[in-house]
Amino acid sequence: MKPSGLSRREFMKLAGLGGVVLVSGCATGPGATGAVAESEFYFVQLSDPHWGFEGPDINPDAKVTLKKAVAAVNAMSPQPDFVVFTGDLTHTTDDPKERRRRMAEFRDIASALKVKDVHFMPGEHDASLDNGKAFKEFFGATHYTFDHKGVHFITIDNVSDPMASIGEEQLRWLAADLAAQPKDARIVVLTHRPLFDLYPQWDWATRDGAQAIALLQTHDNVTVFYGHIHQENHFMTGNIAHHSAKGLMFALPAPASQPKRLPIPWDASAPYKGLGWRDIEAETTPVHYAITELPVA
Amino acid sequence: MLKAAAAAALLGLAAIGARAQAKPRVIPITARKFTYEPDVVTLKQSEPVIFRLTSEDVVMGFSVPDFGIRGTIIPGQATDVALTPAKTGEFTFLCDVFCGTGHEEMNGTLRVVA
Repeated sequence: MKPSGLSRREFMKLAGLGGVVLVSGCATGPGATGAVAESEFYFVQLSDPHWGFEGPDINPDAKVTLKKAVAAVNAMSPQPDFVVFTGDLTHTTDDPKERRRRMAEFRDIASALKVKDVHFMPGEHDASLDNGKAFKEFFGATHYTFDHKGVHFITIDNVSDPMASIGEEQLRWLAADLAAQPKDARIVVLTHRPLFDLYPQWDWATRDGAQAIALLQTHDNVTVFYGHIHQENHFMTGNIAHHSAKGLMFALPAPASQPKRLPIPWDASAPYKGLGWRDIEAETTPVHYAITELPVA
Repeated sequence: MLKAAAAAALLGLAAIGARAQAKPRVIPITARKFTYEPDVVTLKQSEPVIFRLTSEDVVMGFSVPDFGIRGTIIPGQATDVALTPAKTGEFTFLCDVFCGTGHEEMNGTLRVVA
């Protein structure tokens, strides 16, 4: 347990625990949301477990990687307030029965998390071939909001449409939700694909993401956490920080670093290199999200 | 009378202009899970072309982000996408409609030469 008077991040830094990289720099501002009780907390982002993927050259430990990540989260002390999975829970399959089998297995593994407050969202591998039908059967809505200790979380679905669009209906929903938030509300967006054009040549974009960003831009304290690209990437659009997470099955090359977007082969001399997960500590004054990148094993 | 003559003259000029313009070369490209045929296409800079896209199985996309063009390919019908490339080089075209297990590898190369 951390001593009182230190933030969890300060404690981990001093103790030399876990953190591989500390990344700061998200939204800043007064964060004076007033009536809602605020306190510091942290949550865990797990992304792109691609359950069902097979490729011995890419990940010979495919059947245990997610389980190891769950065990690593369970070993944290104190435990996070909640866990989010930012999409591609399963690896895609053309067979609807196999898709559901993979989702059932994934759900069983994720149920071993000690933290029971877990938020799921789909990636294109889960949802693009059936417009999110199987995902909804197992995990519920594909876009939704929730509030936690003064932070408003918005989950945006940019994958149920195989054309990688959020769509007019969801954009109207987003606009209505944002209209109900104070301008200085602390807002965190969780999504799968980058909302901005990170590298459209590899399909790393959301077709109507600029419309979502324009809506979010009207608020002072917005930070986006996403997956899809299986690596860290930190980017600003105006005053909005966008942070992508590492994946839990295979790493992908940096954008434009090579001609093809092919998974990075497994390095036997450094197992799990390029894979990982993160904890995110929400700090109140100023509004700030401290990211600690953590290894699978 | 004078108006009619002027209109006829304008129409004639327009027809001459149209004849002077190069007719776009039509390049058929067939998409199927999870390839394009052909997957390497060579064009000349400033050459107007039309990609005539068809799909043999499911809905596919054809996107060339470097030129800001794309089309959705519906099985059973042809989709035309026009391009007059202003720059030379090698550019990726890819499927931007998630189409299945091999979607991420479904791409090709556009070579634009001087």
